[in-house]
Amino acid sequence: MKLNTNSNIYTIVYASVMVIVVAFCLAFISDLLRPLQDDNVANDKRSQILAALNIRNVENVQEEYDRVLLRDIVVDVNGNTVQESNGFQVESKEILAKNDADKRLPVYVCKVESDTLYVIPLFGRGLWGELWGYLALKNDFRTVYGVYMSHASETAGLGARITEEQFQEKFIGKMVFNEGDFAEVLLGVKKKVETPDSEVDAITGATLTSDGVDDMFKTSLTPYNKFFESLTESVQP
Amino acid sequence: MSLFSQTNREVLTGPLNLNNPVVAQVLGICSALAVTSQLEPAIVMGLSVTVITAFANVIISLLRNTIPNRIRIIVQLVVVATLVTIVSQILKAFAYDVSVQLSVYVGLIITNCILMGRLEAFAMMNGPWESFLDGVGSGLGYAWVLVVVGFVRELLGSASLLGYEIPFLASCDFFHNGMMTMPAMALIICGCVIWAHRAINKEQ
Repeated sequence: MKLNTNSNIYTIVYASVMVIVVAFCLAFISDLLRPLQDDNVANDKRSQILAALNIRNVENVQEEYDRVLLRDIVVDVNGNTVQESNGFQVESKEILAKNDADKRLPVYVCKVESDTLYVIPLFGRGLWGELWGYLALKNDFRTVYGVYMSHASETAGLGARITEEQFQEKFIGKMVFNEGDFAEVLLGVKKKVETPDSEVDAITGATLTSDGVDDMFKTSLTPYNKFFESLTESVQP
Repeated sequence: MSLFSQTNREVLTGPLNLNNPVVAQVLGICSALAVTSQLEPAIVMGLSVTVITAFANVIISLLRNTIPNRIRIIVQLVVVATLVTIVSQILKAFAYDVSVQLSVYVGLIITNCILMGRLEAFAMMNGPWESFLDGVGSGLGYAWVLVVVGFVRELLGSASLLGYEIPFLASCDFFHNGMMTMPAMALIICGCVIWAHRAINKEQ
């Protein structure tokens, strides 16, 4: 018997069976590969944190990260330490929570050579999409040790140049805050640099991306004010 | 009929040259422009498309007598979408860096005209083995153009190949041409490839 492949019932049954088979197949593969993918994402995050510490192109990211990291704590906007470890697992939506009270802010305390360094995640918006990165501060909480930035979809050759090491190196040694005053974030990217101690030249042709980076520093660092304040007090006699 | 008869060989080699999907039929240009700023993503993209066209062709060819005519495009799309999702998951698991570079373009293989073109024009009427050869041929035809464009763009744009800097050229400013890293140059290089291809194959 030859099936009538043009009948309505045949078409509907065919489509249903096809969709079910495909759904099972995809679900199975997704489940199978999930752990590997999660590992990759986590490793990518680790390599970004390392890049902020000026440790780039590492072969074994996990090993190097474990060697450098002292602890990954979570703080709140009032500067209290909420969690002593597992700051790595904090998701971006918790960092960016609308209510200040809901914010959970990870701080990666690292040791490179003999310096204790504090790495803070950055989130912002560029011209076409998201910007993100990590900023490493020396233990005076004012001086930039290193910075890493990336973007989702900035213009190639213009805004996308924020990912270049040459651009990121310009931030090294800049002052993020005034001495003893963590209220105002000075670190920025400006067309006209007035305070070379804390500002970096914007990228020509990428005004909106540069402004985005500028904003990113301000919005991402402000919630940490109190934390820096409390730490400075405890460090100084 | 032997596996590599005259007709089968033509099916495989046709798309590499005279019937090239990119150069002769001008299909699949969108992704060719987007992923060729470096050689590595271009190679991975070329291979992904080859694998997907080959297997989509085989699957559709096996199902060709059972597919209800009215929903055949939907069936083709589902097969392609499934394969693309699988490839994209595998890349994320085993070649994470490249999958980040390729970003949305792996997903966009679904809309690559080469795929639907081959399924509709070839796999719906031919056996699985011929369809497989046709898929491999079309995929590789797409891949070599991508590799040529990627080679030129990476060499002139960042003086490196596959991410390795070429020591002698790197000191020369000419090899850091920012224009080359922009999609517009891919279009121009693609045009040059088409020009060269037509000049060589006059009988076309």
